[in-house]
Amino acid sequence: MWRIILGLAALLTGLALWLFWADRAPPIAVNGAAPSEETIEKGEYLARAGNCIACHTVPGNPEYSGGRRIATPFGNVYSSNLTPDNETGIGQWSDADFWRAMRHGISRDGRRLYPAFPYSNYSRVKREDSDALFAYLKSLPAVRQPQPEPQLRFPYNTGLALRLWRALFFKPGRFEADPQRSTAWNRGAYLVEGLGHCNACHTARGFLGNSLASAEYAGGPVPMLGWDALPLTNSQPMSDKRASEMARLLKHGVSERNVTSGPMAEVVFHSLQHLADDDIAAMVTYIRSLPPGQTPASEQGLQVGEQRKALLMKQGAPLYSEHCADCHGEKGEGHPFQYPALADNQSVVADSANNIIRSLMYGGFGPSTKGNPRPYGMPPYAQQMSAEDMAAVLTYIRNAWGNEAAAVSPLQIRRLR
Amino acid sequence: MNNNRPDLFRNPVVKKSLLISGLASGLLLTSLAVVAEQAATPDDAGLAERLQACAACHGDEGRSQQEDYYPSIAGKPAGYLYRQLLNFRDGRRLHTTMRLMLAYLSDAYLYDIARYYARQSPGHHSLPETNLTEAQKALGKQLAQSGDPERDLPACTQCHGSRLQGRAPYIPGLTGLPSEYLAAQLGAWQAGTRQALTPDCMATIAQRLNGEDILAVSRWIAHQPTAADTPSTKGSYANLPMECGAVQ
Ligand code: HEC
Ligand code: HEC
Ligand code: HEC
Repeated sequence: MWRIILGLAALLTGLALWLFWADRAPPIAVNGAAPSEETIEKGEYLARAGNCIACHTVPGNPEYSGGRRIATPFGNVYSSNLTPDNETGIGQWSDADFWRAMRHGISRDGRRLYPAFPYSNYSRVKREDSDALFAYLKSLPAVRQPQPEPQLRFPYNTGLALRLWRALFFKPGRFEADPQRSTAWNRGAYLVEGLGHCNACHTARGFLGNSLASAEYAGGPVPMLGWDALPLTNSQPMSDKRASEMARLLKHGVSERNVTSGPMAEVVFHSLQHLADDDIAAMVTYIRSLPPGQTPASEQGLQVGEQRKALLMKQGAPLYSEHCADCHGEKGEGHPFQYPALADNQSVVADSANNIIRSLMYGGFGPSTKGNPRPYGMPPYAQQMSAEDMAAVLTYIRNAWGNEAAAVSPLQIRRLR
Repeated sequence: MNNNRPDLFRNPVVKKSLLISGLASGLLLTSLAVVAEQAATPDDAGLAERLQACAACHGDEGRSQQEDYYPSIAGKPAGYLYRQLLNFRDGRRLHTTMRLMLAYLSDAYLYDIARYYARQSPGHHSLPETNLTEAQKALGKQLAQSGDPERDLPACTQCHGSRLQGRAPYIPGLTGLPSEYLAAQLGAWQAGTRQALTPDCMATIAQRLNGEDILAVSRWIAHQPTAADTPSTKGSYANLPMECGAVQ
């Protein structure tokens, strides 16, 4: 009996040590040097590369004043105020406090931060870059704006849950350059893995919101947004032409055959359009080298029989000519830099039809960027077309002109309505 | 990576309009008119095609064919339209489709869009056949033209112009809109699903109205003739009866 109790106590102590004692940051020295103009400018650029503005600004409020709601499968958290306000912002922080937050996900007062703040990625940022980011944020006008309390469900709202999550899934990273690879590749890896936090969306997540290492960059559903990120892995080597198309798409939001939409349009709008051409090229160099991935088992659409599929195809063809061909072309060839091609387009034939259902229902514009300030728009069809017609036209574009993919069932569309 | 030249210049529509003005300037005097016209509105180049997505609901050149659901936007003041676009994009005015459409468009593009629609002619509206009881007529007219000092309600005409034709650039005209649409907007202000910049004078006013007032005033306004032409009284908002963030 006593043995069991003693054993349990030892186990609990061990667990507590693991959760609390092991999860500490080493002491960090303050740099403290007064930043130069150049450092501040560099910090501004890095803030763009990290897309800090998208999460830390409520649209219409002052930039970086925080308070934006970030929905997660476990409830809502709110971003903090990154302006140098003394009480509600980072006015009293040192560069060491800031680096500890970026590298270890620990706030100035020792509170462990929610991983909605992508510190698993930012952990790889170099100290000098963190200091530059800090210098830039400190140069902003101070805005008073307290951070709203999170609204998480039990048990995720407990400190213990966060500790457990960190113990299981978070290890401070460090970027190690690979001397075998080119400078461009290394720069690209640093940006993609670190500030760019591309895997926050492009890697599928486990049921505790952890990135699945086995599915790195293989795409998957973006939590809470209803969009699927496309795979960035390469099942076959990427041609030079495709690589330069991708660079153009990342920088301008539009390329000869593609347009970015939804969450990716946001990334281009707030972040990538502001990056230098060689940084974009470096990111593409890195992405090009990603090995073929294991696409995670995605939610296969509702199964539609062959006969039903043939009927949907037949019904879809005239709908396409009537509603879509003016812009997307009779053969789905699109119109360069205006309307995306639907033939040979990985969004169109993706396993999950979520993205194209959303495009069709809600329409939309690509992002306004310096290179493409006034993008073309796609009308919303949710009010105009029945679920049956939408399923038919989508089944058609997924299987016309050499495309091949599962049919879209009307039920799938009704579910998203 | 020199292939990252701005895509705008590869854009066939822009190329075409550059080509047209290039050709035109090489022709005779008569063609100069074309050039002058293009020079006057360079910002509208190709906008009609870029904005086909808007036309799907708001009609070609912003003249809606389904007014009960989608308002006409042609000929409304540019400043007002611009504010509405910003409000939709930034979530002050709640509308899922509008928010998603505008989410990643820049302020500059939204301004071009607003100006483009402001330049279109509103066309002629046939008045809707809503029945208006005598009581509604009296109440609606009183609220619109005199307000109700007891409830601290200014008259609509004090801000929207004597014929409710609007006052550029920020105050929209109210004539030519169907009563259902007008009533829905007042209801949205009451419920907080439509908001303007603070102080939100329209929200304050809507909260002082009851359901009967809204019905009467919306129907009465919908029965007024479309005030001809674009708004006349430009500029000064010094004499408004309330403070409105929307005009500042
Ligand atoms: C995907 C959304 C997202 C992005 C992108 C993001 N953050 Fe955050 N950040 C958050 C959230 C949410 C919190 C609040 C976490 C908490 O309270 O536990 C936060 C907290 C922080 C904190 C801690 C503040 C405090 O008071 O403890 C810092 C510092 C920070 N972010 C800096 C940055 C910087 C710098 C960038 C860009 C390089 C950035 N964040 C990008 C969501 C984001
Ligand atoms: C907030 C989530 C999110 C983040 C962060 C994100 N992406 Fe995406 N990405 C998506 C989604 C969703 C799509 C599919 C929609 C589309 O095609 O535009 C996508 C598509 C893409 C595509 C394919 C576009 C096409 O149409 O073929 C590329 C390339 C891409 N992302 C690269 C990146 C890179 C590089 C980063 C990091 C800098 C990144 N993404 C970060 C969500 C994200
Ligand atoms: C007025 C021109 C226009 C019409 C008509 C139109 N589209 Fe589009 N479509 C666009 C534009 C512009 C985009 C890119 C906008 C964006 O990504 O948000 C687009 C994007 C798409 C996409 C997403 C492609 C991708 O790579 O992510 C699909 C799918 C699509 N359209 C299907 C259709 C179908 C089906 C119809 C007919 C029912 C249709 N479109 C009618 C202009 C149009």
